[in-house]
Amino acid sequence: MQESPKYWKGIEELENSPEFLHNALSEFGIPMKESRPSTDDTVAPRRDFLKLMGFGLAAATLASCEAPVRKAIPYLNKPEEVDPGIANFYASTYFTGQDYNSVLVKTREGRPIKLEGNPESPVTRGGLSARAQASVLSLYDGARLQSFAINGKPADKEKVDQELRGRLASAGRIAIVSHTIISPSTKRAIADFAGRFGNVEHVMYDANSVSALLRANGGVVPGYDFSKASVIVSLGADFLGTWISPVEYAAQYVVNRKVSSDKRSMSRHIQFETNMSLTGSNADIRAAVKPSQIGTIAQQLHAAIVGGSMPAKPADPKKDIMANALYMAASELKAAGNGGLVVSGSNDANVQALVAAINAALGTAAINPAAPSYVRQGDDQRMANLVNGIGSYGAVIFYHANPVYDHPMGDKVAAALANKGLLSISFNHTADETGSLCQYQCPDHHWMESWNDYEPKRGFLSLAQPVITPLFKTRQAQESLLTWAGNPTSYYNYLRNNWRGILGGNFQAGWDKAVHDGVATGTLLPAPAAQLAPAGQATAPAAKSGGVELAIYEKVALGSGAEANNPWLQELPDPVSKATWGNYVTVPRAMAKEKGWEQGDVVKVTANGKSLELPVLIQPGQAQGTIGIALGYGRTKAGMVADKVGANAYPLVSLADNALNYTATATVEATGSREPLAQTQTHHTIMDRKPVVQVATLEQYIKNPKEVTEYDKIATPDGLEKPSKVSLWQDYEYKNHHWAMAIDLNSCIGCGSCVVGCQVENNVPVVGKQEVINRREMHWLRIDRYYSSDTHKDSFEDKGKLSTYALMEDPSDNPQVIFQPMLCQHCNHAPCETVCPVLATTHSTEGLNQMTYNRCVGTRYCANNCPYKVRRFNWFSYYSNEKFETVNGHMFTDLGRMVLNPDVMVRARGVIEKCSFCVQRIQLGKLEAKKQKRRPVDGEVVTACAQSCPTQAIVFGDLKDPNSRVAQIWRREDGERGFKVLDAVNTQPNITYLTKIRNSATSEFFAPEVEKAEKKAEAHNA
Amino acid sequence: MSSYRLRPFSHWLLALFLTFTAVGQVAAQDAATVSKEGVTPGATAAAAPAAAAGSAAGAGDAAAIAAGDALFKGNCAQCHAVNDVVVGPALAGIDKRRPLPWIIKWVKNSSKVVASGDEYAVKLFNQYQKQQMPSFALSDAEITSIVAYVKSQEGAAKTPTAQGQPTADSGQTAAAGDDAAGSGKYVNVVLIVLIVVLIVLVVTLVIIANIMKDVLRGRKDLDGRDVEILEQKTDWMGVLKSGWFKGVVGTLFVLVVLYESIQGIMAVGLSQGYQPAQPIAFSHKLHAGEHQINCAYCHTSVYKSKSANIPSANICMNCHSQIKTTSPEIKKIYRAIQRQQPIQWVRIHNLPDLAYFNHSQHTQVGGIECQTCHGPIQNMDVVYQYSALTMGWCINCHRETPLNTKGNGYYDNLVKLHNEANAGAPFTVSSNGGTECSKCHY
Repeated sequence: MQESPKYWKGIEELENSPEFLHNALSEFGIPMKESRPSTDDTVAPRRDFLKLMGFGLAAATLASCEAPVRKAIPYLNKPEEVDPGIANFYASTYFTGQDYNSVLVKTREGRPIKLEGNPESPVTRGGLSARAQASVLSLYDGARLQSFAINGKPADKEKVDQELRGRLASAGRIAIVSHTIISPSTKRAIADFAGRFGNVEHVMYDANSVSALLRANGGVVPGYDFSKASVIVSLGADFLGTWISPVEYAAQYVVNRKVSSDKRSMSRHIQFETNMSLTGSNADIRAAVKPSQIGTIAQQLHAAIVGGSMPAKPADPKKDIMANALYMAASELKAAGNGGLVVSGSNDANVQALVAAINAALGTAAINPAAPSYVRQGDDQRMANLVNGIGSYGAVIFYHANPVYDHPMGDKVAAALANKGLLSISFNHTADETGSLCQYQCPDHHWMESWNDYEPKRGFLSLAQPVITPLFKTRQAQESLLTWAGNPTSYYNYLRNNWRGILGGNFQAGWDKAVHDGVATGTLLPAPAAQLAPAGQATAPAAKSGGVELAIYEKVALGSGAEANNPWLQELPDPVSKATWGNYVTVPRAMAKEKGWEQGDVVKVTANGKSLELPVLIQPGQAQGTIGIALGYGRTKAGMVADKVGANAYPLVSLADNALNYTATATVEATGSREPLAQTQTHHTIMDRKPVVQVATLEQYIKNPKEVTEYDKIATPDGLEKPSKVSLWQDYEYKNHHWAMAIDLNSCIGCGSCVVGCQVENNVPVVGKQEVINRREMHWLRIDRYYSSDTHKDSFEDKGKLSTYALMEDPSDNPQVIFQPMLCQHCNHAPCETVCPVLATTHSTEGLNQMTYNRCVGTRYCANNCPYKVRRFNWFSYYSNEKFETVNGHMFTDLGRMVLNPDVMVRARGVIEKCSFCVQRIQLGKLEAKKQKRRPVDGEVVTACAQSCPTQAIVFGDLKDPNSRVAQIWRREDGERGFKVLDAVNTQPNITYLTKIRNSATSEFFAPEVEKAEKKAEAHNA
Repeated sequence: MSSYRLRPFSHWLLALFLTFTAVGQVAAQDAATVSKEGVTPGATAAAAPAAAAGSAAGAGDAAAIAAGDALFKGNCAQCHAVNDVVVGPALAGIDKRRPLPWIIKWVKNSSKVVASGDEYAVKLFNQYQKQQMPSFALSDAEITSIVAYVKSQEGAAKTPTAQGQPTADSGQTAAAGDDAAGSGKYVNVVLIVLIVVLIVLVVTLVIIANIMKDVLRGRKDLDGRDVEILEQKTDWMGVLKSGWFKGVVGTLFVLVVLYESIQGIMAVGLSQGYQPAQPIAFSHKLHAGEHQINCAYCHTSVYKSKSANIPSANICMNCHSQIKTTSPEIKKIYRAIQRQQPIQWVRIHNLPDLAYFNHSQHTQVGGIECQTCHGPIQNMDVVYQYSALTMGWCINCHRETPLNTKGNGYYDNLVKLHNEANAGAPFTVSSNGGTECSKCHY
């Protein structure tokens, strides 16, 4: 037998620090006393506990002779389509000024409990972003305003209407401030309002502005179609994570990223960026550049493609990564011709003009000029003019806009609102930073309570329909506008009338179909006005000298922060940094080393005369000499979840050349204090451990698909064998179903939609920052993120084993990244099942690893024995312990509990829980098939994670059905890309992962030479 | 108000008596066998495909009539009888009165036919107090089979088995009931005769003993020892004070107390027999028993959802807008509707949150009758919890009940595999994984 090397879990273990030794033996961190700090007199000793228990048993025996009377209350007049216990789905649309998603709302007994992607939508194709997944909770947000109010005091609608009609008529100039509105009927209602009062200006701005892109493209976002691009060059655009319409782009992007032995080709993706973004992590070639260099790169690319002067090929591509990436980008774009596409996230109009020119010169097929996107229409210049000249307005209406928080000149807006002469009205759902300063609060219905229409791209329409009776005394904003303008029609009729033109033929039939499908074709939205065009082919912005460059970015979960008061989003780990609950300053390791900062040290960042204090997070891949700070945090009036989490970075944004500039030169100084970061993953590399995750290059895959994956073999008397050949346990025989999953690491972009989808479906509690720090987060499904390291096992001889292993812990400065969704593997030989003393976890005849909460006594042996660490322990009653009321508040109130899935129980304290493969959905699917006297059809039974995946990376199904997609993938990829995690342990999981194929020259995760050497050694040993 | 049929703890004091009463209770429970006749849920659903098949074979054949029978009871019997006027007209001879296409149009949407100005329809509508017949989403084939059934039942009232009842089915019930009662009486008579014989025997023996004693006392030739024996009296006090007697009684007492305590503790949280008073004195005996209303007429989702659905007030109004409108109990429903306050029934069957139960799985797929778990609901004036609803009770049934696999494509291959592996053994719910944890707990 080969001597198995010792692996350290972290640098702490290597150093054997006393702190590490203290924690080393406990799976879940140090057990803590519940709720109160342990002053001795308040803690109940064990004996008291036993006494009380004895008494309690006797008391319970006596008391339970009289069971509580429970009521069964039927409907008074049951709606025809509602049956208790049966879910109804309604097509609707989620768009709150950020990303557009066509959704299906799942309702039970008339309450929305989950959102799913609408497969009918040609735009989002059944995918759903994490934010859209989580937004069902916003309907039941306790912070929502429950009625109209005047200066914060509840008031009747009629009184408000009466006062406002008079005051608006005499107000003079009126401004309506909103984020992007893509609803044609809403725009018409605003126009009607303007027609009534005259002198009304509608100003749209975006918190995450792409004003420069709009200026360079005639006021619209070009109709990108990444599925038509074979070479994608992105200059700082995080199009898979946060940029404009990530779900749509991800679905397109992944079309050319999926491979099989029949289709051995992939698109090429080159990314230039400052912060390590989700898109950058998926790129084939990534260059970390300073924000100030983006202009130069755009110019050089422009020179190469339009002018024909190719950048020089660097002598040493490994050293000069940026020059190499630039050379590759230029040459490959040129070669790709109309298959090339350049996108840029820069909000510098000159850069965007250059990019537009490059795309035009390429004649790219990946931009559809007929279907530009409307989801960003904000005009930074008009918004700035409004704020600067707010004194000339008599009234301002905030239509879901919150500029006091999310605009860099928010303080000016706040100051103006203090002036009682300015009539201010807010349609915002909550008394947020802006709304609370307004004189009139006229809360809008939630989008799930309203009718509305949307046109995200020209020619693509979609509808929103109410799925629940309004919970509070609110009124749809459009109806408020119409009421004040003296138009008594309901918005529903108004909307229908507006649609009469486009559905044609039999209107009612067309309308019914549109409401049913949620989507329709046709165009209603007038083309947005072109914004001020950029000055021209400007020279590259002068490289800023001195100081640290700051790049302000958005997080996948929180985005602009408008929906920050959602604990599911707050606890969704950032895909790359894996940090939850709060923002931080991302710094490259070299800078941290130079300044002597450690992770968690709080620093003060000053830019544009404003400053904020945040902890440091050392981020591999962060460009040298730069730092990054996320938007969306530091809310003050969002509600109890989001308030005082992180710091607000909007004030650091500046206005330059009539566009918001999300970069700046900053000074950073240490403050001496520390604040722990709540990360769900603190180990960064896989340390050349192929059994965990496998990566190969496209070149290798084209050569021989059978050699990209390395399979574990174990030594037996008959030579090396598959681990499954040697087993202690008998195999299960599955007669009926055999549920299984395939996860394609090539398609998984790490966006986290599945994590939230799982959380919503399975009533998984939120635990809050401190408990995440204690390593007690409850997510059933996590996405592991691994960086590549510069050091590999091939350095054993030069550097010695110990120091090599230490170095293997460190990610590269510009690492390759891989994402791996990790959930219960439903092992056929499950180590957890054999150790449970009470048989609370058992194997089913359908291949499921069942967890029976009511049987569990909480020994946690199973969690100890699980090689994948996917079992979670309920340390607290998250639904009743006052410690969790802030973060898990929705389980505490009747309002919030409406979101819980009634088919899944809420687990009590002291039991283990884990992924069930959504057994409630399996049971439902089987039952429907049985009722119809047939076998279930493939695709009928889908887990929540597979359902929500925008890139279809997760495929779930029945292996017993030979035609199911999952069975086909298992068969096709067996011996090629399919591998089981930790195969040598012989757990025989029911989840197969498919090796990630990267379209780059080398894979930096493993040292190729060592592989061969090891193989030789193994053969020798055997 | 909740009257549990729990044995009170005061029984401990009367433990000796209880040795007998407990035995008696067990016997009583065993005797309460459920009549499976009466309301026949499952009929509607099972009939649908049969009806489709029936149309192909042409009206009048047995399959179509059988399908029509089920459909009639499920949909029409609330308001119509074949030979009597109920809410709507008697249906006998309907095929002669109206052509089939007209009937189909009428059943599907009667108000449309009335609105179209059809003379016969308007007359009918006016004749029955302008009471609208609701629309039924039945297929043409299904309506045809109902008509075929009606035709087959014409004049059935004259047959002796179903006297005074519109359907033959209820006649069967009555007959079955008589049978059960008959056999019960027979057992009782035997018991009484036996007891009388025993008493006679004891009395005869005592008389014989006394006569013998008198004869012996009359004789003068007895010596002292014989007289002593003759005059001997049983020393009852001695027996009471003897060790073995005390031992036996003591052991018995302890055993009974132990048994009762264990039973008492095991019954904590159980509410078998729970029979709370309901806000409205609704009688299942009247509706499901006497009037033969299909369970699914009110419990609308029992075949399609996990919840059987407690009927909403508008379902009551389907009939009670016309029937018994002056009853004080029914006025409670009117009041609820007027005040817009739903009726708050007291929930009888309470499963813990940790157990998932689905009605449709059992009724639609399993073909189990309501009475199997809910007991003789058609005889209950006030509903009580018939079954224990414990996990043991569930599991037992899953172990013993064969799967209802007939004609269900889901099971075809499974049945084949099962028969290959263990021919002869019944293919029970549990042999298909029906006792696995995550079938009910998730």
